[in-house]
Amino acid sequence: MNKIDWAAFPDARGHFGPYGGRFVSETLMGALDELQAVYEQYMQDPDFLAELDHDLKQFVGRPNPLYHAERMSRELGGAQVYLKREDLNHTGAHKVNNTIGQALLAKRLGKKRIIAETGAGQHGVATATVAARLGLECVVYMGEEDTRRQTQNVYRMRLLGAEVVAVKSGTRTLKDALNEAMRDWVTNVDDTFYIIGTVAGPHPYPAMVRDFQAVIGREAREQHLAMTGRLPDTLVACVGGGSNAIGLFHAFLGDESVAMIGVEAGGDGVETGRHSAPLCAGQPGVLHGNRTYLMEDENGQIIGTHSVSAGLDYPGVGPEHAWLKDIGRVNYVSVTDDQALAGFHRMTRTEGIIPALETSHAIAHVLDLAPQMRPDQSIIINLSGRGDKDLNTVAEREGITL
Amino acid sequence: MSRIEQRFAELREQNRAALIPYVTAGDPEPGATVPLMHALVEAGADLIELGVPFSDPMADGPVIQKACERALRFGTGLRDVLAMVAEFRKTDTTTPVVLMGYLNPVERMGYETFAQTAKAAGLDGLLTVDLPPEESEDVVGLLEQAGIDPIFLIAPTTSEARIDHVARAARGFVYYVSLKGVTGSQTLDTSALAARLEGLRRHTGLPLGVGFGIRDAETAGRVAQVADAVVVGSAIVRLAEEHDGDADGFARAAAAVVSEMRHAMDAARSPGAAATV
Repeated sequence: MNKIDWAAFPDARGHFGPYGGRFVSETLMGALDELQAVYEQYMQDPDFLAELDHDLKQFVGRPNPLYHAERMSRELGGAQVYLKREDLNHTGAHKVNNTIGQALLAKRLGKKRIIAETGAGQHGVATATVAARLGLECVVYMGEEDTRRQTQNVYRMRLLGAEVVAVKSGTRTLKDALNEAMRDWVTNVDDTFYIIGTVAGPHPYPAMVRDFQAVIGREAREQHLAMTGRLPDTLVACVGGGSNAIGLFHAFLGDESVAMIGVEAGGDGVETGRHSAPLCAGQPGVLHGNRTYLMEDENGQIIGTHSVSAGLDYPGVGPEHAWLKDIGRVNYVSVTDDQALAGFHRMTRTEGIIPALETSHAIAHVLDLAPQMRPDQSIIINLSGRGDKDLNTVAEREGITL
Repeated sequence: MSRIEQRFAELREQNRAALIPYVTAGDPEPGATVPLMHALVEAGADLIELGVPFSDPMADGPVIQKACERALRFGTGLRDVLAMVAEFRKTDTTTPVVLMGYLNPVERMGYETFAQTAKAAGLDGLLTVDLPPEESEDVVGLLEQAGIDPIFLIAPTTSEARIDHVARAARGFVYYVSLKGVTGSQTLDTSALAARLEGLRRHTGLPLGVGFGIRDAETAGRVAQVADAVVVGSAIVRLAEEHDGDADGFARAAAAVVSEMRHAMDAARSPGAAATV
């Protein structure tokens, strides 16, 4: 493992081992070449990087804290639990780290129109936000089912001036929103920039989104060193497409002593088939522009997924995670809807922080993991988003009408 | 000589353009497809493009998305589609059949198993819309060993440098996507098309097929003046929606459209036809 040069991935054609790549229709190949060239150019450009840093500081509110959850640590009686507070970013989640970066690229490319897909609505809100700020037209595709689960975020996007299109095809969730965004892009490729919200899609998206999110781990690593004088023992993050997890993990990949755990959505339980855990229970295939682990049937049809959290309700996962799983650098597990809800309540009542249901999956795993570790060890949870958007879902599950 | 080469050679000799109807296999129900293929040939089709239903048809417009959904009600998968090809081959040994679809069903079946099963079924070509030449080395080798032509797309956005790359990988014919967008989109500018095809002929000697946006016989006729093949998909598949549950009615309506296009295309190539492009 120590021989891996982490900076060498993906390769020039976007491959992480057998995963990743660029599996799209010919019409989009030129736009992806252009995007890759512009992205590689500006990631070396001091003016671009200075503008990005400025926006992350002044608009997003970075750096956000690494918070020592002392009460929770004490109650669990094991490892010290630290929370990387991405929920404190403007718009309430890690998603904005990436939309800020991609919107600056869109501006440099002279594109007038931005499109995005969204599941829980966090990426849609973060995209609509940066589009409003830059005065760009914005269209967000969202599965009809998700528009019902996340009415507040739909309204938020509309307030920000975005057009929200409820997608009625297929399973009417995140994967169908992505299909529809791809269809829009292939039609309007000349004037439109597609801001993908996670570390998936055709090359260069998985690498580009990772690089914009990697600020999470860079900050957390420095903060943990400053606070404790040592590296953390374990990192834990939820994984849907996997952008918050890669964002936290990336800066630590070369630190062999640091264990990493990605937590997928187990839904009703992986054994029931009603879940969204392709790394735990799927197999490699090709969807949405990349090769990765997928949930599919024996004919290669993508199957319906289930999770209480709209943001994890996706049958694929970023290709870098597929590779990190195969080489054993990251361990992937799943927790059920019920466990995630328990994590949600525990964090809320113990630390006064209401986490997103996506994030609650990572918390749920730590409730089991921390007691098995020693008090001189530490865990960082990526507290990837706040839970305001989920209050209706939680209340409904518990028989309460708001 | 492959069946596809043979067919294009014959057509060139007759100064005709190939008419290639697309239908989604298993739409509206599995038993409808093989009789439909025969009916299309009877009505004037030179080559059949058979769509493999997929749960996430990203490059397709609403008409073919719905066709996939209708076919998937019966669980029509890639193995079933290859069985349909084998059934068709029992009585038609000359009309080439090309599968069009997405990579994942082929990947799931396994490239080697697919190539062998497809060869045994009498398949002639494979077009996977989400597989550009850059990612296709493994599968193309296996297809060529099995005598199946890998068909690739060229789009209005394809750069000069890429055209050479795509043309080198392509066999059988090159499929030119006539517009930016998904299948079944609205407009087709035939004069821009003529110039573009002329440019493409400098890069490849393969026949040039044109698809996306060919909605009626008149457009098919105009495209036939400049292209070697005309691919018609949504204009036929939308008839399945209108005749949902009535496979015979769909086959009759589809054959009527193909027949009308056949006449328009042949008339456009006849010595007395005025150039309208």
